[in-house]
Amino acid sequence: MQKVIKKLSRRNEPYIFVVLLLLCVLIEIRSGQFFTPNNLVDILSAAVVPGIFAVGAFMVIVSGGIDVSFPALASLSAYATTSLLLESNYQGGIWLPILIAVGFGALLGAFNGLFIGHFGLPALIVTLGSSSVFKGFMQGTLNSRQFAVIPPGMKNFGLSPLFIATNPQSGLTARMPVSFLAFLAVLIVAYFLLQRTMFGRGIYAIGGNEVSAHRAGFSVRRTKFGMYVFVGMISSLAGLMRTCMMTQMHPTNMLGMEMNIIAGVVLGGTAITGGAGSLTGCMLGTVLIVVVENSMILLGVPTVWKSVFVGALIIVGTGVSAVQVARANRVHVSKKAALKEVRQ
Amino acid sequence: MNATRKPAARLRALYRRDRHVWRLSLMMVVWMAFMAITRFEKFYTLINVQTMFAQFPEFGLMALGIMVCMITGGIDLSVVGVANLTSILMAMMMKALATADGGLPVYAIPLSFALSMLMGAIAGVFNGALVSKIRIPPILATLGTSELFTGIAIVATNGKAVSKLPRVYATSINSKLFGLIPVQLIFFAAMALVIWYLLARTTYGAKIYMIGTSSTAARFSGIKTDLLLIKTYMLSGLCAALGGMIMLANYNSARADYGTVYTLQCVLIVVLGGVNPSGGSGRISGVVLAILLLQMLQTGINRFPEISSYYISLIWGGVLILIMVLNYFTENNIRLFGAKRRV
Amino acid sequence: MAQALLRAEGICKSFAGVQALKSVSLEIAPGEIHCLAGENGCGKSTLIKIISGVYQPDSGFIEFAGKKYGKIAPRDAIASGIQVIYQDFSIFPNLTVMENLAFNSELADGRKFVNRARMQKIAEEAILKIDFRVDLDRTVGTLSVAEKQMVAISRALMFNAKLIIMDEPTTALTKKEVQALFKIILRLKEQGIAILFVSHKLNEVFEISERFTIFRSGELVVTGNTADLDKKKFSYYMTGREFEDKAFVPKNVSERPVLEARNLGLRGSFEGVSFELRKGEILGITGLLDSGRTELALSLFGARAADEGELLKDGKRLRLRMPQDAIRNRIGYVPEDRLSEGLFLPRTIADNVVIAEIDRLATGIGIIRRKKRHEEIRRWVKELSIATPNPDNACSTLSGGNQQRVVLAKWLSCNPDVLVLNGPTVGVDIGSKHDIHGILQKLANDGMAIVIISDDLPEVLENCSRLMVLKAGRMVAELDPAKTDEREVLSYML
Repeated sequence: MQKVIKKLSRRNEPYIFVVLLLLCVLIEIRSGQFFTPNNLVDILSAAVVPGIFAVGAFMVIVSGGIDVSFPALASLSAYATTSLLLESNYQGGIWLPILIAVGFGALLGAFNGLFIGHFGLPALIVTLGSSSVFKGFMQGTLNSRQFAVIPPGMKNFGLSPLFIATNPQSGLTARMPVSFLAFLAVLIVAYFLLQRTMFGRGIYAIGGNEVSAHRAGFSVRRTKFGMYVFVGMISSLAGLMRTCMMTQMHPTNMLGMEMNIIAGVVLGGTAITGGAGSLTGCMLGTVLIVVVENSMILLGVPTVWKSVFVGALIIVGTGVSAVQVARANRVHVSKKAALKEVRQ
Repeated sequence: MNATRKPAARLRALYRRDRHVWRLSLMMVVWMAFMAITRFEKFYTLINVQTMFAQFPEFGLMALGIMVCMITGGIDLSVVGVANLTSILMAMMMKALATADGGLPVYAIPLSFALSMLMGAIAGVFNGALVSKIRIPPILATLGTSELFTGIAIVATNGKAVSKLPRVYATSINSKLFGLIPVQLIFFAAMALVIWYLLARTTYGAKIYMIGTSSTAARFSGIKTDLLLIKTYMLSGLCAALGGMIMLANYNSARADYGTVYTLQCVLIVVLGGVNPSGGSGRISGVVLAILLLQMLQTGINRFPEISSYYISLIWGGVLILIMVLNYFTENNIRLFGAKRRV
Repeated sequence: MAQALLRAEGICKSFAGVQALKSVSLEIAPGEIHCLAGENGCGKSTLIKIISGVYQPDSGFIEFAGKKYGKIAPRDAIASGIQVIYQDFSIFPNLTVMENLAFNSELADGRKFVNRARMQKIAEEAILKIDFRVDLDRTVGTLSVAEKQMVAISRALMFNAKLIIMDEPTTALTKKEVQALFKIILRLKEQGIAILFVSHKLNEVFEISERFTIFRSGELVVTGNTADLDKKKFSYYMTGREFEDKAFVPKNVSERPVLEARNLGLRGSFEGVSFELRKGEILGITGLLDSGRTELALSLFGARAADEGELLKDGKRLRLRMPQDAIRNRIGYVPEDRLSEGLFLPRTIADNVVIAEIDRLATGIGIIRRKKRHEEIRRWVKELSIATPNPDNACSTLSGGNQQRVVLAKWLSCNPDVLVLNGPTVGVDIGSKHDIHGILQKLANDGMAIVIISDDLPEVLENCSRLMVLKAGRMVAELDPAKTDEREVLSYML
């Protein structure tokens, strides 16, 4: 038991969990409304799209890069899918849209993967460029505009509930969207990939030391390429989910989300330099930001203050993490020296 | 030292050192020629040129701010947030000082200007402190402050635009010196010159290139890294404030969410201008060229009404990736020639 | 001679016009411990990469275990039994020991899925081979350098290695750890594994190798039995020059001490250090890697502030909190790790030379006086004979010895009263080493006070007028180099 506690104390995730819990308790004290079924469902529902995005951003950061193109990629895929289906007057269910969107996503992800994986160019710059390219393609070539009506299959999917949560006291209800299952599916697949396949361990290895990964026999090029294709696929899925849940296609709605998603991933203990971090921490950090963004009213704080709170959260969160790192380095050095003294 | 080398070798060495500048110049020449051939009357008019030169200082100044931070190996994602915040402050001040007939007392504009620059400097120092004293990675620190500053701006304006300010401000900034040179351009040129001088001719410049190359070696050389980083982010804050000031004049209003597209666009410009995101290199000539090129592209494409102006994004992103692929091929060749021997 | 395990014949390799290897040969018998020595840039790394398949030779062939081949892929080299341990050990600091050990073989077997039980077994078998006791779940980044090396060696042994090539394996090891490494090498030899050991440290060549080969400027200079080698021949083969080693004789010692340490201490590193240093003296401080010698050097420079005792300069008490304080008090520091602490490699030689004194070359508000800067650079390039066609070339174009001269120039240009050098000739070719010693001796005789911190005993014995030995953070001896020898010094160190 002692060993477990010691191991837990060295990791980041328990701390973030505690912070998240404290925050929820604070909101509950202030409003009495946090731990209600409808509110919890609302939060989880709001976490679906950011959560899926965060999984993709997390994988890229672990591999040692940074991807800022995923909202543009998602928007382009979702837009192309929606407009294609609208033009062909599609009346069927959700599976074809998913297939098409994910297909587009794989293609666009391969674009990133070609330059970052095969040519080995730095991820931040390439995705800066590809973000522009995707946006320009969507708004320019495809001449994107808003669609108030989307194919009925998608609309129904977006509106259909997994279950409905009712608040016994206030009678308020909240709908848990079926797309939450998509989120769970992505999480499970990502967990499996990262923990149980050499492909996923390769991502961690590359983030740790790319040269060593190459020497050990990992195909760095292929791993990176495959990773970006996967990230493209799940980002597009998120974009499609967003469209369905909004029951509208708004092409530029998701643009600009990248930085907050990355902030959530980093808050969860993922090192921005790569090689370290867990899916659990990433989700905790993302949920933390989602909770802050969605609970302003419950805290009695006018929504105008949302950005201030999120900004302060990011600064404090990353600040604490930076101070921890600095302290760990100092301890490590003096511990080594002390140990050597004993050994002599 | 250089006189003894053959002119061809000298030219080659010059090219290698300023590769980005050469490539950008080439692209600019190509584009200008293209515009000359296809839309001469609509592009090469005095009014058009003046308009272009009045438009780019807005984001050009922000790009300058990001550039100095990148040279130190960091980045400033909060430039737009600072710009909006300072322009809102300025607008509110001028509205408060406005006389009954919509005019402004003589001291109003200089005072508001000074206060906005002060606010920009304070924001910059805050960024610099987070990066140097608390050691938060710059991309994360300025991400947080960007959100924070924008948030403060939203609270201050309740999410609405600040408009109906005394016209005299917008008209004075929108005017042209000697009827020829846009005032916005003068501000940009002044700041660009100051930054050029700082980087090329002062100890500050020499030191921040070193910090960007290796912060450990910088420390061991007696360079006061913390202080210099704070100064750098303060400079970026000042540039952002100046940019905000120009935005205010161009839109004649201020809002917390203006120019959000500028952040990534400016990072893109700076990288295209030859600044290495890991730090330690980059020249202002490259960045200025990149700014001019983007502006020319935007204006030029506007002259083709059939082509959506959204294509600028696509071209810009495509050019960036293309240049990097080109770099990849040429640099690998060069590396094979020289450095491999020491391996 | 018995069938050679490895035979390289007539290997030539050039990289676009620059000839890296000019028809070199190498022969290693099974189970032999062979040392490959040479200065930086002599081609030894290139040859290793050719043997292990990373590069392909332009001409010549390699014969390994009876099979002859001209070109080979790294995977095939590994399959044949050739393993290379690079200087950085090729490890993943963010992953566990188990994963670091098991990945290579899992990948070689083409595994797609992770099976922890199988990987655990593989890892346990690997560490058993050299009797390496470690917790397999530890993150490799938290291990000491020696332990990381053990991980690398364990991993190398997993593939039925017949030849293990180690590239400068002792660079970051303490003396004890070096001994432990040598014991393991002998064990490997008993198991019939040959070791090719790349090093330029003479004492290691003598201690562990049976045969040696020396390269110079891409050519084979000599190969033979270590028994036939001595120090003078070694220097000659490495550089082509003959050296007269001149011991330092102080000629110009000041009356009063310029630097005085009283009971200096830094918690966790050293304590109770006291000494006096006069101008014209060269004080040597030596000790094992963990004796606190580096920390002492850093605190003399303000990079790590001492928390006990006091330091006086010219009789005045100093408070050194950061390097600028030291520089202001005319104390300079040439660091141990030239590449990351001393130089800005991608920057020009000129920039590197002037950066520490740049404020002095500028006006009050910071505008650089360009003519002055230019003259300053020319002066130091000349005085220290920095071999470069153009000071505006990047520092990375210089050899190790010349890079060290740039670091020296940087500090000499600040005109210090005291110069502290930590490992001044680590990784420096013998020719430059000799030259740097000459420069230091001259500086001392011209009135500078110098402190050399080094574990290179011949270096300190030859160049210092006084020698202080540190052990586990305490001063245990103060000796006169003229009256002592390596064995006595070692006896105090260990």
